[in-house]
Amino acid sequence: MNEERSCCCSDGGCCAGESITPYDKKDTWVTGEIRTPQGGVPVASTILQFKDTLGAWKVRWGIGRMDYKINPGIYAVGNPDHTSPVLVSANYKLTFDTLRKELSGLNCWILILDTKGINVWCAAGKGTFGTGELVRRISKTRLSKIVSHRKIVLPQLGAPGVSAHEVTRQTGFSVVYGPVRAKDIKEFLNSGFRATEEMRTVKFTAWDRLVLTPVELVAAAKTSLMVFGVLFLINLFAVREFGLADFIAYAGAVVTGTVITPLLLPLIPGRAFAWKGWLLGTIWTAWFVWLNGWFVPGFLLLAIGYLLVLPSLSAFLAMNFTGSSTYTSFSGVIKEMKAALPLIVLSSVAGIVLVLIKSLSA
Amino acid sequence: MKHKYLKNVATLCLSAEKCIGCGRCAQVCPHGVFGMNEKKARIKDKDRCMECGACARNCPENAITVDAGVGCAAAVIMGWLTGSEPSCDCSGGGGCC
Ligand code: SF4
Ligand code: SF4
Repeated sequence: MNEERSCCCSDGGCCAGESITPYDKKDTWVTGEIRTPQGGVPVASTILQFKDTLGAWKVRWGIGRMDYKINPGIYAVGNPDHTSPVLVSANYKLTFDTLRKELSGLNCWILILDTKGINVWCAAGKGTFGTGELVRRISKTRLSKIVSHRKIVLPQLGAPGVSAHEVTRQTGFSVVYGPVRAKDIKEFLNSGFRATEEMRTVKFTAWDRLVLTPVELVAAAKTSLMVFGVLFLINLFAVREFGLADFIAYAGAVVTGTVITPLLLPLIPGRAFAWKGWLLGTIWTAWFVWLNGWFVPGFLLLAIGYLLVLPSLSAFLAMNFTGSSTYTSFSGVIKEMKAALPLIVLSSVAGIVLVLIKSLSA
Repeated sequence: MKHKYLKNVATLCLSAEKCIGCGRCAQVCPHGVFGMNEKKARIKDKDRCMECGACARNCPENAITVDAGVGCAAAVIMGWLTGSEPSCDCSGGGGCC
């Protein structure tokens, strides 16, 4: 876009005219470059294209998820100047896309931290979205020369990693924590940096939970391939071979643990995730066993076996969802696991033994 | 619909003496655990604390302590198996993001 070069190499850097933030010229979400005394800054579009949507869909299903990132640095939205607000975010492209699509009509700067392609919340927990990286990025982009004010807006979910008063002490920039959700940013900026109680609270709606389930499902399916392999081998010797009904029973338990339980989470009685998964797993298994007419003397071993192993499987998978939830505490998860894991293991082992006896003995 | 997790496990602790009432903790907490009362912070609902550590890290007076950690079963299992601190490692497909 900007072909001519200007030279105003105030502090040793000689890259005026070149972009402060390196970017790929082929990236279609960069619509141009804005010039500042410190150099060019890529302008990000506020409209998502098909490619962005496709990319989001892919990472939701766990494809190329660890490599979906953009270069850290500073970006522009609209036509910002030295008085425009600065929003800080992570370099996970999905996070960046979610943010920029809410910024149409605004003029602002976006400071992207190097979080290794991980979203704000997880990166804050790990410390990559943290005081150190923020301070470094502010000085690297020479932000204090790009804007004349001394205020940066951080997503509230970054707070576990950043010590606001430390940042102020080291850089002179004061930190304002913005809303939890990107869709509230505009209102937040327009109301003079005021976030309502509602903007500050994490919700974790059914939709939030639903978009997280594909990844869990894919992970479980991968492990399941091993289970199928073993069952196939057993079938070579089995008196009662594993068939479609067994497959459905198993798949149902997996879906119950990875998708149904997370979806119905607040509706299922109880608090512990493993319990919730177990409860739904039991309902599923009992129903399916009954449907197949396995509650008869000849199939009792199988019925009891499945009732021991499948709900445990759902419980375990549901417990894994604590990692995706936004309200489970470390102490809580430890407590839950100490109680649940031994039961899950015992029950699974007992169940597997019963099912095998039924399959292998006449 | 509000989510509820296990009761009486959170390790959150607030020292009213050190608190200068700046209100930062109430601002950063994603679950509205803190309230402000006559220029002092107050823990309103401890059971909703998810131990993210945001309040403690942002309190300029170090008035808050909490055992911050990831509330993620997979991470805890990995921690137990490898004998390391559980960390939210989002690689490998499954997990937290
Ligand atoms: S952040 Fe610390 S000093 Fe400020 S109100 Fe909370 S406890 Fe008090
Ligand atoms: S640790 Fe997190 S959830 Fe708990 S009170 Fe502090 S900010 Fe709130």
